[in-house]
Amino acid sequence: MTFTANAPKSIPDKRQITTKPRISDKIFRGILTAMSMSSLLILTLIGLFLSLRGFQAFQTQGIGFITKVDWTAGVDGSPDSFGLGAMIVGTLLISATALVIGVPLSVLTALYLTFYAPESLKRTLVTLVDLMASFPSILYGLWGFIVLMPMAEYWAQLIHKYLGWIPIFGMPSPAYTRSPFIAGLVLAIMIIPIVTSVSREIFNQTPLDRIQAAYALGATRWAMIKAVVLPFGASGVVGGAMLGLGRALGETVAVYSVLNIVFKVNFQVLYGFGGNIASMIVGKWGEASLTESKALLAAGFVLFVMTLIVNLLANFIVRRTVKTGK
Amino acid sequence: MTTIANTTSVQPTKPWKVTKRQLIPNLVLLIAAAAVTYAIVAISPMKGKLAYVLLFFIFGTGFQAALSWSKRGKSAATDTIAAAIMMTGGFLVFLPVVSLLFTTIAKGIKGLRPQIFTNTMEATSYSDPLTSGGLLHAIIGTLFLILIATVISLPLSILTALYLTEIKGKASGFIQFLVQAMSGVPSVVAGIFIYAALLLTTNLRGSTIIGALPLAILMIPTVTRTAQEVLLLVPNELREAGLALGATQWKTVATIVVPAARNGLITAVILGVARIAGETAPLLFTLGTSDKVNWNIFSGGQNALPYYVWSGLRDGTEGGLQRAWTGILVLLILVLTLFVSARIFGSRKVK
Repeated sequence: MTFTANAPKSIPDKRQITTKPRISDKIFRGILTAMSMSSLLILTLIGLFLSLRGFQAFQTQGIGFITKVDWTAGVDGSPDSFGLGAMIVGTLLISATALVIGVPLSVLTALYLTFYAPESLKRTLVTLVDLMASFPSILYGLWGFIVLMPMAEYWAQLIHKYLGWIPIFGMPSPAYTRSPFIAGLVLAIMIIPIVTSVSREIFNQTPLDRIQAAYALGATRWAMIKAVVLPFGASGVVGGAMLGLGRALGETVAVYSVLNIVFKVNFQVLYGFGGNIASMIVGKWGEASLTESKALLAAGFVLFVMTLIVNLLANFIVRRTVKTGK
Repeated sequence: MTTIANTTSVQPTKPWKVTKRQLIPNLVLLIAAAAVTYAIVAISPMKGKLAYVLLFFIFGTGFQAALSWSKRGKSAATDTIAAAIMMTGGFLVFLPVVSLLFTTIAKGIKGLRPQIFTNTMEATSYSDPLTSGGLLHAIIGTLFLILIATVISLPLSILTALYLTEIKGKASGFIQFLVQAMSGVPSVVAGIFIYAALLLTTNLRGSTIIGALPLAILMIPTVTRTAQEVLLLVPNELREAGLALGATQWKTVATIVVPAARNGLITAVILGVARIAGETAPLLFTLGTSDKVNWNIFSGGQNALPYYVWSGLRDGTEGGLQRAWTGILVLLILVLTLFVSARIFGSRKVK
């Protein structure tokens, strides 16, 4: 009697097998999802605040904010003129100089590290490249100003002497100090670690069977690189170069230290003045009125959009290459 | 173990390896190239270090290529030239690193006296001789900034990384995209954003905590991306084992995944700190300034090592530049310490 009465109680209920998340998991997932949205929030806020606070400049200057060249705050009621034209041209010119110098060197270094350097040397050199990436930008600025500038002026004179007939190396009057060339040189050194490490990562993923196939067909090391590695890694290198471009566009302190900022369009890289949005913001900030500060915020918005586009494009290219290994 | 090592002590032969005797012609040619370079610089109008380097590169490479051509034909010569160009490219890249380190140490060490670690700039101007003043206030400011920026960005970035690796929700791709977009935000933009959001239209003034905000923004993507890489290295079996034992996902992550990746996560934070320790541009808008130690993080200006260097550089006098070099040396020592400790922790990412 007792046995039959108690028996059902000692057998536990059938366990529910379910994939439904428990309450603790729901909370956990909720918190993580909310936190991961922080990056969306921050990016939106950056775009929102800079464009809202800078709206006045966009409104009064119209399209001229990007196309006009002079930047003068109006005195005693005369209208302001805020034009970023020279700064945008200057930023692009300096970044292009940095890419032209930095990318070939980075690719050579990456190839050397991946296919030529002996193992022991390689580890030291890779550490040095990583170290280069961790140097503060003000160190590059100070070093560029004190150490690099005198040397670079001499190089600029040589370039002008032998290649001066090319318009871009022209020189209306001898002024080699604080030129876009020197700023580009400093930026080139700053982007080398990024471009090198991205290129190295891509070159390392070259399929081994293709490398061995090239060697088996009697290719020398260079012939193998030309036939296998470079076609494989080309788009990855382009992506790495664009990541470098993103860094070069937004660099502030290092450029400010070595560039003579003048609101005038200058295409001659060796000539001693240029423009740069980020440095211009820092330079103008100290004595800016409220209206001018707002215009500087608008300039920051332009810079933000420029770097955002370049970076996203770069990441898109790098990720596509890494994934598909085209 | 030792017995096995003894029985297999026969070294594999490498018949393709270049012997010392084969290197002799290369060496002779290099010396010849050096001699020719020296002669040309001596008799021609080309002068200077640049001429030596350039001519030596041309002749050295040319002679080696000619040797390869005579031995194995045209393609070998091309190979030699390519190898020489790559070696030179690699070498050129490391010149600035060496120069940067050397200059910083050589110039900074002059101002590195014990008294700079106990004094501030309260009663000293940047152009004064180095016997007075110091950078104690800047060091304390930098430590405060690092601490606050880490406290703000650490939870955000680690939890974002956990979202990307553990939940892999619908929004993963989008979040990844945003984190990458964030890593491209220029530091000056982060600075003026905080200024536009908090300082422009309010009564707030620059202070330590406001100065730390743009640094936190810059730190988040670095920490997130590194943390994500590390969490991906945690073997999936560990997660499955946790779940199979009846743990909830929360328990699995908190007691298994995160502890397993602990060293790697520490590396991620160190790399993030190294990223922001030397940032100057955002501080110019948000930090205010101070010439003495300011223990109040909520009000009053603050100083920081990069800001100190910047002030010295802008001062431009001999004393100011000397202070800048000393400041950058201290900052570099801090960054290098972080770099080395990140290497040490990073070498054992997952236990």
